[in-house]
Amino acid sequence: MNQNSKVKLNEIFTSIKAEAETRLKDISGDNSQNIFIGMATCGRASGAVEVKATFEEALIERKINAHIIPVGCLGHCYGEPLVIIDKPGFPPILYQNVTPGKARLLVKAYLEEGDPVFEHVLGAMEENDMIPAVMEFPRFNQEKRVVMANCGLINPEDIYQYIAKGGYSALVKALALEPEKIINEIQESGLRGRGGAGFLTGMKWQVVQDSEEKDKIVICNADEGDPGAYMDRTILESNPHQVIEGMAITAYAVGANRAIVYVRAEYPLAVEMIKKAIGQAKEIKLSGEGILGTNFNLDIAVFQGSGAFVCGEETALIQSIQGKRGMPQLRPPYPAQRGLWGKPTVINNVKTLASLPPIFENGAKWFRGIGTDKSPGTAIFSVVGNIVHAGLVEIPMGVTLRALIFDICGGIPNGKKFKAVQIGGPSGGCLPDDFLDTPIDFDSLNQAGAMMGSGGMVVMDEDACMIDVARYFLDFTQKESCGKCTFCRIGTKHLLDILDRITKGEGREGDIELLEDLSMDIKNGSLCGLGKTAPNPVLTTVKYFRDEYEAHIREKRCPAMMCRTLTAYFIDLDKCARGCDACVGSCPTEAIFTTKNRKKGIDQTLCVKCGECMVSCPPEYDAVRKVSPPELAPKIERPKEE
Amino acid sequence: MQHTAEIEEEATLTDIASILTTFEKGRGSLIPILQMIQEKHKYLSALALQMVAKHLKMSACEVYGVATFYNQFRFYPPGKHQIKVCLGTACHVRGGDIILENFERKLEINVGETTPDREFSIDRVACVGCCALAPVSIIDDTVYGHMAPSKVEGLILGFEIEKEREKREKKKSESE
Repeated sequence: MNQNSKVKLNEIFTSIKAEAETRLKDISGDNSQNIFIGMATCGRASGAVEVKATFEEALIERKINAHIIPVGCLGHCYGEPLVIIDKPGFPPILYQNVTPGKARLLVKAYLEEGDPVFEHVLGAMEENDMIPAVMEFPRFNQEKRVVMANCGLINPEDIYQYIAKGGYSALVKALALEPEKIINEIQESGLRGRGGAGFLTGMKWQVVQDSEEKDKIVICNADEGDPGAYMDRTILESNPHQVIEGMAITAYAVGANRAIVYVRAEYPLAVEMIKKAIGQAKEIKLSGEGILGTNFNLDIAVFQGSGAFVCGEETALIQSIQGKRGMPQLRPPYPAQRGLWGKPTVINNVKTLASLPPIFENGAKWFRGIGTDKSPGTAIFSVVGNIVHAGLVEIPMGVTLRALIFDICGGIPNGKKFKAVQIGGPSGGCLPDDFLDTPIDFDSLNQAGAMMGSGGMVVMDEDACMIDVARYFLDFTQKESCGKCTFCRIGTKHLLDILDRITKGEGREGDIELLEDLSMDIKNGSLCGLGKTAPNPVLTTVKYFRDEYEAHIREKRCPAMMCRTLTAYFIDLDKCARGCDACVGSCPTEAIFTTKNRKKGIDQTLCVKCGECMVSCPPEYDAVRKVSPPELAPKIERPKEE
Repeated sequence: MQHTAEIEEEATLTDIASILTTFEKGRGSLIPILQMIQEKHKYLSALALQMVAKHLKMSACEVYGVATFYNQFRFYPPGKHQIKVCLGTACHVRGGDIILENFERKLEINVGETTPDREFSIDRVACVGCCALAPVSIIDDTVYGHMAPSKVEGLILGFEIEKEREKREKKKSESE
């Protein structure tokens, strides 16, 4: 391919950029007020749609002129719905947990009367003398936003907002280079695939570029199946254009003219956003035919995955696009050699593709400067579970787990103790507090027995039962096993059965060893990553929490009091208040009765152990107790009805 | 009643036939076709699957094999109110299975089933991505965060009251 003329490219792009800047001025001129509302899935779930409607109403009612700009997700899920208000004379201010009531208040007090309502402020988005800036909080300043730099700050439905923030200029730079140079740059940057395995992106590309086949395909893998990870969805919903730009760079580098975004159908908003974005990019010649006046064409299509975890594996993903069951295939040939419809195919994760524009914008050296030597760049985690500041966190590789969990995310709520962190979803492992100083990168996590995987991170406090957690993930992988390999299909079922009986108090001597043996067999006897990693949650919990397994098996006791067959609730009659009925109404099965002296008792045969009575018991009495094993609960007879 | 059901079925099949014509006849269209049918008609009936097989010149059992492989597809009509209980990791840690159990007990059906009056159906979903609100349930596209067993009762009671009210109003307008 001839090198595209740099001058001509720049000329065309300058006119697009000028258009973007004029449009930006229209909405954020000197005197205009802007209200940015986080409208990604998490924001909507917390009520952002109602908040937006209230803002609209209130602005009309009070005859105030302001733009409402729906934006994506900032990743600070604990504070949703989040709203940023930019008013002249003030720094842009971020408000958290905005309800329709707060929205009305903000319009009246802040926009009309100029009082920023300090009690609802999370922080200012810029340094100033009036309000503490969010950058003073560890949750903001210890993050390093490369992939998510613009998420939550721009309207994902407007391509010009991305361009005004410097978007698509990396594509312009790349198009002026020879494809070989691009691949060199990526190899120099040391970028590793963000899908979990951490394969070198540049090497994958090289194979596809070297292929003599003319028709090549790029696939963006957004089949995020880990139950607990949602960064790919957030990126597609908040800044789809960065992914499209990354795809265009990839396609140009390897010589592909077709691209497919494979996104889960369970993410309807992400599907809508990416489809809209592709249309917009095509309109102004940033995709489609003759991109930016060159002879480079790229047709981008969207394929919706139908909800099979295994389809995140590249060969299974290809099978499903071809209308078959998503079953992994033997490699080699790798998809880079023979992939979709037999053509050489690059499959990259959303985060990998979204990392490309910043790399080209700032150079491979800059990228190498972030993170560690072997794992350059940033990692995005969805930190959830028993954690104060849950949400998406983008950090440089090499930060320790302790810094991420305690410094950045605020630690464990309600004064409880940290017990374990589960990293990498169903393929990852549970690490206890001894590993808190492990740096987060591909190799260190693998060594510890967990893995980077999808970036799902579930923090658990002292009330979590490790066997129950292992059982949960096994239940998931067992259902999702495609059935091709016997060890995965039948082995995971047996693992699950054993774990099931342990949590029910029917564990036997030798079960732990059996779990270990079976786990190793499944790892060795499975073709794809699903089977090879499915036993990880079991292996790590057996390794680090063996005493808990022993307590379940030998003493029929759940130390965390989580396994419901092994626990019982009872009411402490010394504490229970005579005549109080708080727990009775809360019980879904009418298991609570009144004793002869008008206190309460629990009928163990009816109790389903949901814990509602414990929640509803007024704290001044605090009379509901939980014990394991259940035999410890005192027997209180229900008085015979007279 | 039988009569209207037949008319309905016929209308559905005609519609599916028209959907089919908009797709290419290659195997690659199979999953998009199934998705489109489910989107419009809420489920894939046996007759619909047979029509797809005929259109793509595949055997019906192969179409069925692909459709049942994926979690997205359902083969029975859902209830008027679709309840989806999230059992993602964060929801599990915070007691999502207790919420599911409460829905099952309250409606007297198991997960994956529809109540005999076709009012409610219960499904489990793996993570809807609102982990900070765990445990989460979704009813008819509305996400309810921080679920609790008592909230389950309240939600279902709310739907039942709504239904009663509709009935009363219908009666009222009929008598007028």
